[in-house]
Amino acid sequence: MDWGAILTNGIESGLGIDGVYFALAAIGLNIHFGYAGLLNFGQSAFVAMGAYGLATSVTTWGLPFWVGILIGLGGSVGLAILLGIPTLRLRADYLAIVTIAAAEILRLLLRSVSLKDTFGGTDGLQQYSTAFFDANPYPDDKQYGIGGVDFSARDTWVMTVGWSLVALCCLLVWIVMNSPWGRVLKAIREDEDAVRSLGKNVYAYKMQALVLGGVVGSLAGFIAALGQGSVTADAFGSETTFFLYTALILGGAARVFGPVVGAILFWSLLSFTDNALRQAISAGYISEDIMTGTQVGQVRFMLVGLGLVLMLAFRPQGIFGDKKEIALDAR
Amino acid sequence: MPDDALSGPEWDFLREEDPVAAPPPPAPNELTERQDAPDAASDYRAVALDALSGTAPEPGAPKPDPILSVDTVLRRFGGLTAVDVAHVEVQRHSITALIGPNGAGKTTFFNLLTGFDRPEAGAWTFDGRLISGLPPHRVSRRGMVRTFQLTKALSKLSVLDNMRLGATQQRGEALWAAVLPPLWKKQEKEITERARELLARFKLADKADDFAGSLSGGQRKLLEMARALMSSPRLVMLDEPMAGVNPALTQSLLGHVQSLRDDGMTVVFVEHDMDVVRHIADWVIVMAQGTVIAEGPPASVMADDRVIDAYLGAHHDAPLSIEEEEARLAAAELELHAEIAADDAIPGGPTP
Repeated sequence: MDWGAILTNGIESGLGIDGVYFALAAIGLNIHFGYAGLLNFGQSAFVAMGAYGLATSVTTWGLPFWVGILIGLGGSVGLAILLGIPTLRLRADYLAIVTIAAAEILRLLLRSVSLKDTFGGTDGLQQYSTAFFDANPYPDDKQYGIGGVDFSARDTWVMTVGWSLVALCCLLVWIVMNSPWGRVLKAIREDEDAVRSLGKNVYAYKMQALVLGGVVGSLAGFIAALGQGSVTADAFGSETTFFLYTALILGGAARVFGPVVGAILFWSLLSFTDNALRQAISAGYISEDIMTGTQVGQVRFMLVGLGLVLMLAFRPQGIFGDKKEIALDAR
Repeated sequence: MPDDALSGPEWDFLREEDPVAAPPPPAPNELTERQDAPDAASDYRAVALDALSGTAPEPGAPKPDPILSVDTVLRRFGGLTAVDVAHVEVQRHSITALIGPNGAGKTTFFNLLTGFDRPEAGAWTFDGRLISGLPPHRVSRRGMVRTFQLTKALSKLSVLDNMRLGATQQRGEALWAAVLPPLWKKQEKEITERARELLARFKLADKADDFAGSLSGGQRKLLEMARALMSSPRLVMLDEPMAGVNPALTQSLLGHVQSLRDDGMTVVFVEHDMDVVRHIADWVIVMAQGTVIAEGPPASVMADDRVIDAYLGAHHDAPLSIEEEEARLAAAELELHAEIAADDAIPGGPTP
């Protein structure tokens, strides 16, 4: 077994396109769920809004790259307002139901046959990122990285932009969550009626949080679209949202770096178990009677799931969380 | 009666030992705090009592200077009429108690007035301006702040952050300003100072940096009251401020309620224990089955037959006293004897 390859693959996966895309989307989800207590189960819709906003504008409508970015951002703001108007006045669970339904509606629309001319059906859209890679400052002829962890010039460029966005978003979250605005948001998470009785317009705050987190989610969509070179609707299904929750809780909700570390760890662990199992099977350590190479894809999720269960049992606050804070709920 | 039980001198050790519980005569540090306006403090009470002395103790009686005036409020839950109040006024600078048995509609009435629930019909004015139909946060901004029966301390915020949240017109509460700390840092400092002052007054200063969720039930009540004061309200509506608080702390809470009025606020509080009310209320409004059935100074309300009926039912089904029990037993025995005698009187029966 080549432990070096298993390890470097794991690190590459955590720091690469998947890691950065998940980190951004989870930061958005952290604003919703971690700070404002909004149970948004449709974060994948905001990511899809960013990805398809960019891809459709450039590929289908022939608009410039930056206009595509603006359309993606505008689309996520519009989606947030559309979801928020009917649900934010109601109890938290209604938002969960509506967001998960809206995300599915959006996914089915994007992959539908009748809109194939616009969104490309199940094949999705390609060739929208030329302008972005034309600006790539890294020469194309070599790999970038240290100690066996290597990325192509394209990936390096996407990662540079992506991790810069992550840093900016973390800074933004840190500033606003330590401001009076963030204090109201956290208070809403604890008890809406108490905040209302103190003269704050709870509905407006929840809407602002939903929009802010949605916009960060659409940034994740841009990175996903640029990093993968093509967008397909099925990449933004509900399981994406659940993986994002997993990453967020793994790192610790309502912590600035929780979603970032959670996303990196989530993809590293997935890649690590995947590679380790495959190599163990090919080296004969695991008999073909127990598991074949094609089953690894499922088994790795079982193992990661088991790890999460153990984590929630023994460290429910996540990596960055404060156990005392979690214990307050039990009172 | 818990309050009577605590009025004897044998309970004094309890009041003095508990650091949080202060008996109604304020502790020395409270006195020094209020020395700037000692006359004003007694004035407010005198003014309110004077104004109320000329008021007829009847439901819906008009007051000389009402801060809150309510007309024909109706709230139904399906077939049940929860609140049906024709007219009620609250005198400025008074401490008004809203009492009544369980299910009388006190809390529903509170929710309606503060915008947390919407009535089928009704209009009410606060300080001469119509506030019916306003959402809760705008009612609060007008200067009418409430607390809740089930205390709503924001558990995962520090006690100090709970307090800061109460302040109004914070520049940093707008999202665009939140990203520019220089815009709000100075105001935040002022708010924090004010919060610490209030925490000291409510004897929560040592807890400032703890999570609010770690406070005891009584301390949460104090925090909620202190937090409401951060907005400098003119009318404070307290929903069962004594519920679930140990009797020693009740005394301290009553003292704090009185101090609100001494600072110029008007206080309305819900309570279903009349004995708690007797000590501090200038005026008592009694609700039963959704309507106001009596109004007046505490002493006259307590003696009102309608009130006693509302609490105990017209056919008193309270536990019997020993005398009553004996009287009933005797009556039953007499009846039994009479029956036996009647049986004996049947012709053909055995004769003595």
